[in-house]
Amino acid sequence: MATHPGGLTPSSAPDGTAVRVRDLTRSFSEAGGVLDGLDLDIAQGEFVALIGRSGSGKSTLLRALAGLDRDVSGAGTVDVPDSVSVVFQDSRLLPWKRVLDNVTFGLRGKGATERGRTALAEVGLEGRERAWPHELSGGEQQRAALARSLVREPRLLLADEPFGALDALTRIRMHVLLRRLCEAHRPAVLLVTHDVDEAIVLADRVIVLDDGVVASDIRVELAGRRSQADPEFAALRARLLAQLGVEDDHEAPVSRRAPSHLDRRAAS
Amino acid sequence: MTAVLTAPAELPAVDDARVVRRRVGPGRRVPFATLVGPLLLLALWFLGSATGLIAPETLSEPWTVVTAFQTLIEDGRLQENLLTSATRAGLGLALGVAVGAGLAILSGLSRLGEAVIDGPVQIKRSIPSLALIPLLILWFGIGEQMKILTIALGVLVPIYIHTHNGLRGIDGRYAELAQTVDIRRSEFIRSVVLPGALPGFLLGLRFAVTSALLALVVVEQVNSTSGIGHMITLASSYGQTDVIVVGLVLYAVLGLVADTTLRIIERKALTWRRTLEG
Repeated sequence: MATHPGGLTPSSAPDGTAVRVRDLTRSFSEAGGVLDGLDLDIAQGEFVALIGRSGSGKSTLLRALAGLDRDVSGAGTVDVPDSVSVVFQDSRLLPWKRVLDNVTFGLRGKGATERGRTALAEVGLEGRERAWPHELSGGEQQRAALARSLVREPRLLLADEPFGALDALTRIRMHVLLRRLCEAHRPAVLLVTHDVDEAIVLADRVIVLDDGVVASDIRVELAGRRSQADPEFAALRARLLAQLGVEDDHEAPVSRRAPSHLDRRAAS
Repeated sequence: MTAVLTAPAELPAVDDARVVRRRVGPGRRVPFATLVGPLLLLALWFLGSATGLIAPETLSEPWTVVTAFQTLIEDGRLQENLLTSATRAGLGLALGVAVGAGLAILSGLSRLGEAVIDGPVQIKRSIPSLALIPLLILWFGIGEQMKILTIALGVLVPIYIHTHNGLRGIDGRYAELAQTVDIRRSEFIRSVVLPGALPGFLLGLRFAVTSALLALVVVEQVNSTSGIGHMITLASSYGQTDVIVVGLVLYAVLGLVADTTLRIIERKALTWRRTLEG
């Protein structure tokens, strides 16, 4: 399980807000809005996880913050820092550039190569600078993508289900890595995920999005190691799952699982 | 097929009891594989001439052709004609590639460019370049200009079509990424557009070489006083099949050299791709 020393409390500068969203509306059609008057603040250095059912507007909100929604109609104000980095679900490495050139892609000025090397070393990809993206494993590709976003020293890191396509073990390693990188660089983070455990393990705050508005905004007050064995973890998990309309599956006794399998599926 | 369900030879078969699936890809690269077919044809020709199955009036014997080669080289006609032809083809190819690729980029990157350029090129595509020769002769005479332009017009179309196709096939997600890392348009073109369109461009180039040689043959046999085509036309009126064969061999060598060069360039330029070619 991912470990991280202590709770990560945002460094509250005089004006300690990194992201300020007010009355944000976005819609793809006349019929209904995807985001419907949403307000959101993220403090500097704060790690916020955004969960919600599919179609709840998670990705729409992230794309609005990334400035990638030129063709979507809507209104409202979005204040984000100057330097914003995005990590996508796919690593999106340019296949015709070597790993190091991918990391420094679009980086200007002297020492870009050196910064790229440092960033690669930070994500544990030392010595793979000259590799082609297709020579890396899925987890390595995503680490290279992380290096590409962090080398820009972003004040806001937007991550759209960055570990969604990785296997469970790689995902755990990536959680540890992301947590470590965020403590070192301290950007504000908005992580979109559908994995409640991931949200609790990583974030200072978990926001549940429903019908285009913030349905709940929960601060994760778990000290020290965040372990699924912790009853508080389990309670928070059950609470968040309930908000998403899912009964906690761990409550079903193992012995009754097999026979009642079909019944439970029919009931849900 | 022989490799099915057998252990590789270099490993001791005793300890290596494995079941190997039948390979569906083309398998390992065979060195000099492209030479096998041509050598086979050459062998057939030898055999046919030696047994008398192929009459000398129909097709000269290989050894007569070799003698013709020597004579032509000795009096310098071969080198001179080959140089003229290669220059024509090269200039036409260069002009056609530059114009075709330029138009493809303009049309691929801007809606205005596409509106203005794509239509005319598609119309040009349905008119064989060779059909334009009478008009080009009227406009430019029968000199080198007309010949190079004819070749260039034939080259332009495949280059345009394949480069444009490659450009349009670039994954839109890369453009999105480029927006998030905030790069200038010039760098976007250099880092994303050009490398992304390169596979299409190189494929177009291989078609273009074929078009260039075809156009070369035609323009050299119409109103020409030099070049391989002229040499062949002359030999035809004297019934010298050996010289005709020399000319054909030269065309073949030109084509083969060009195609091999392109394959090598392609493999070097596209090392980032992982394909069946391995």
